[in-house]
Amino acid sequence: MSLLLTLFFSFIQVGLFSVGGGYAAIPLIQEQIVEKHQLLTMAEFTDLITIAEMTPGPITINSATFVGQRVYGTLGAVVCSIAAILPSFIICLTLAYFYYKYKNFSGVQTVLASLRPAVVALIASAGVSILMLALFNSNINNIVLSDFRYLEFGLFVGGFFMLRKFKASAISVILGTGIIGTAIHIIIN
Amino acid sequence: MEEVKKENKLWKLFISTFTLSAFTFGGGFVIVSLYKEKFVEEFGWIKEDEMLDITAIAQSSPGPIPVNASIILGYKLHGVLGSLVAVIGTILPPFIIISLISIFYTQFRNNKIISIALQVMRAGVAAVILNVVVNLAKNVIETKHKLHIFLMIIAFIATYFFDVSAMVIIFTCLFVGLTTVFLDYRKGEI
Repeated sequence: MSLLLTLFFSFIQVGLFSVGGGYAAIPLIQEQIVEKHQLLTMAEFTDLITIAEMTPGPITINSATFVGQRVYGTLGAVVCSIAAILPSFIICLTLAYFYYKYKNFSGVQTVLASLRPAVVALIASAGVSILMLALFNSNINNIVLSDFRYLEFGLFVGGFFMLRKFKASAISVILGTGIIGTAIHIIIN
Repeated sequence: MEEVKKENKLWKLFISTFTLSAFTFGGGFVIVSLYKEKFVEEFGWIKEDEMLDITAIAQSSPGPIPVNASIILGYKLHGVLGSLVAVIGTILPPFIIISLISIFYTQFRNNKIISIALQVMRAGVAAVILNVVVNLAKNVIETKHKLHIFLMIIAFIATYFFDVSAMVIIFTCLFVGLTTVFLDYRKGEI
């Protein structure tokens, strides 16, 4: 029961503080689920992000379902998903009510503009964590330079290039690195 | 007659949000453009500029954009009940898909090929996230708003190198934003 409550309150926080779309939720889930409550390892969490990127639906809902299922079965998944959307539900209903009443937002835009840089920084931090896990199989604090993985580095650079230069879709880059990387890995070993 | 029409509309809303959510890969903006096609152009339930406003509110509210957009859209079409129907339609597809994957996760992860694939795909995921970061950071830098650029750099250093929690970062920036509004107000700019 207390585990269910922990899950519920963790995902309430994820839902409440992930301002600015799907990627903004990643650092919050990492903090709540991996660091604070240690319900998933960083490796499992990265698998989760990988799976979430390959399946439809918002990352927050994907993560809530995945964490809930892993930790407490279907009941856990339902509780986490409800918790994740509860803040949205209350806040959006309230805003929708006021929107249709006043259709006017001014100071709100200024406040939101100052939140955006924070959101960018948080997403950047999550991205760098995952990159370090890909390149060294560890986080920044205990990197061993000799663990450097050339294959993953090449895949990262290639993927990044495809995204920026050719506007490749996220899913094609992830699947592409998966197929090419696995093939090379099997050939080498 | 009125009852039948109402039920029909709710059912149509549920089916639309369910199918759009089931087949939409990628970020929130993808699904918002599909909503526009469906609810503005096909059904004619809402006007185009209303859809843009809904998008702006959905984007500025906490939580996933597709979930937020469906809540507001549902509210507009059918009050709180409409919101509930739309949000259930939106979250059901990912809920079912991820539940199945997570139940078989251990078998899935222990398969040698899949575990290699998941490991090398991390590089791809990192590329995707950092590509988004470059785009977002560019937007912030292009505003030439010194305070915001400064906030972004400090927030990154604080969170990545010093493990400062996301909530602290967001609340600090929220405070800065509120202070700005207050100062603008004092200067009479609003």
